[in-house]
Amino acid sequence: MKQKKMVDGVLIVVLCVLVVAFLTPIFFVLLNSFKGKLYISNNPFAFPTGETFAGLTNYMNGISKTNFFGAFGWSLFITVFSVAAIILFTSMTAYYITRVKSKVTSALYYMFAFSMIVPFQMVMFTMSKLANSTHLNNPPGMVLLYLGFGAGLAIFMFSGFIKSIPLEIEEAAMIDGCNPLQTFFGVVMPILKPTAITVAILQAMWVWNDYLLPYLVIGLSTPYKTIPVAVQYLIGSYGAKDMGAMMALLVLSIIPIVIFYLTCQKYIIEGVVAGAVKG
Amino acid sequence: MQKTLKRYFPIFVLPTLIAFSFAFIIPFVMGVYLSFCKFKTITNAQFIGFDNYIKIFANKDFINAFGFTVKFSILAILTINIFAFALAMALTRKMAGTNLFRTVFFMPNLIGGIILGYIWQQMINAVLLKYETTLVANATYGFIGLVVLMNWQMIGYMMIIYIAGLQNVPTELIEAAKIDGATSWQTLIKVKIPMVMPSITICLFLTVSNCFKLFDQNLALTSGAPSKKTAMLALDIYNTFYGRSGFEGVGQAKAVLFFIIVAIIALSQLALTRSKEVEQ
Repeated sequence: MKQKKMVDGVLIVVLCVLVVAFLTPIFFVLLNSFKGKLYISNNPFAFPTGETFAGLTNYMNGISKTNFFGAFGWSLFITVFSVAAIILFTSMTAYYITRVKSKVTSALYYMFAFSMIVPFQMVMFTMSKLANSTHLNNPPGMVLLYLGFGAGLAIFMFSGFIKSIPLEIEEAAMIDGCNPLQTFFGVVMPILKPTAITVAILQAMWVWNDYLLPYLVIGLSTPYKTIPVAVQYLIGSYGAKDMGAMMALLVLSIIPIVIFYLTCQKYIIEGVVAGAVKG
Repeated sequence: MQKTLKRYFPIFVLPTLIAFSFAFIIPFVMGVYLSFCKFKTITNAQFIGFDNYIKIFANKDFINAFGFTVKFSILAILTINIFAFALAMALTRKMAGTNLFRTVFFMPNLIGGIILGYIWQQMINAVLLKYETTLVANATYGFIGLVVLMNWQMIGYMMIIYIAGLQNVPTELIEAAKIDGATSWQTLIKVKIPMVMPSITICLFLTVSNCFKLFDQNLALTSGAPSKKTAMLALDIYNTFYGRSGFEGVGQAKAVLFFIIVAIIALSQLALTRSKEVEQ
């Protein structure tokens, strides 16, 4: 027992050092976001002093140069509606292709599963050209595209779970006079809830952070920039000139994620484990 | 029941199928076809056979990117999994503060690749400032930077999966090993690691696929500098498409090749997992 305590003591010291190391990059941008833009490159690891302290100037610059609140709004819009659409439509599709046995449904299942291993680069050029010519290059269009891209993983996970639900429950509902829609929303959907939360978390993390799809489809010259696109836009064009605004923007981009993480930590960690095991 | 449900195809399947066609099916089929064409926009495509595929190897960009990707992936996969497993071992000893450590280590995983890339670009440049150099001065800096960044991002994620695996190892097994006089090292090698094999397979799969297809972090950290030496496959394909006019066909051919490489890796991993499952 004494030996375990010793080992634990050493381990805790090592882990604390690691925690500091893990937090350093975030602390680093936070520190520099409060310094005048010309002072950052002098001594990047020093605390802001009376002379170098810039207050919220960098934040004001970062926000106005990228229209950060607009980007936040579009990121939120696209993420919320995409995830909602993915949960609603793919769970219905997964239910249909699991319960109706035919050549068409098994072909569909394999196609959805196949899409999971295809890298985005394979379809990015043709997909963005198609989106432009069919007027999908706007936030609602993005929701449609995310539904299409997210379908593979979501259907794979939903149908894996639906297979384990005993048919008797649904048959009883049908005998009671429910049509398939009533059966699905009244009986199946509530059982699917844990899987739906897992799918929602995995897809939300992906859509919120995705850069290439919104960049290629919506582009830099529209007001619909999402946060990753806005970050790339500011740093790509102003990076060397205004380091302060850039540091502030990086801090601002992390804040929503940290808040989301700290409030839903339990679901996120459970979702990630469940998703990894099933995926 | 099947028969009634069957009539509901338009409601249950059609919305997803339409979205899936726009996002995946049509672009995929067009992509395969266009890799055999010369084109600038999609409407003026001209069939030219395998010319694009031959042109891929006209310069060394793709081969170099492939080499860099493989080198990076091997080192990153090994380090991420070893560190994650070690952390998982440390955090399954029922010590005080375990939850706090877990929270901190997992957090970087939620931050997007573009933002992570720029945070690390600034950090590394700040360190290199003392030696009066920058991240893009030497390809080795970019390589090491990318490995460190991916470790920072993925260790927590893999650690969570390993923790779940280790917690499922029955305590009786470990106690039995102790009674038989096994040292803690022997218990680890002979009992714990074989028992968490499913978690190891999952983590390897996730790290391989994330590292091999990496784009955002690569773009933000070095964008391939100096002179394309730190460009990975996904970035090289992107640059071929959008960097030079007239090379869209070559870009698409590279993308098809990339897809085939990724598919081979994924399928062989799947086959490997299957064979392991039979053994257990």
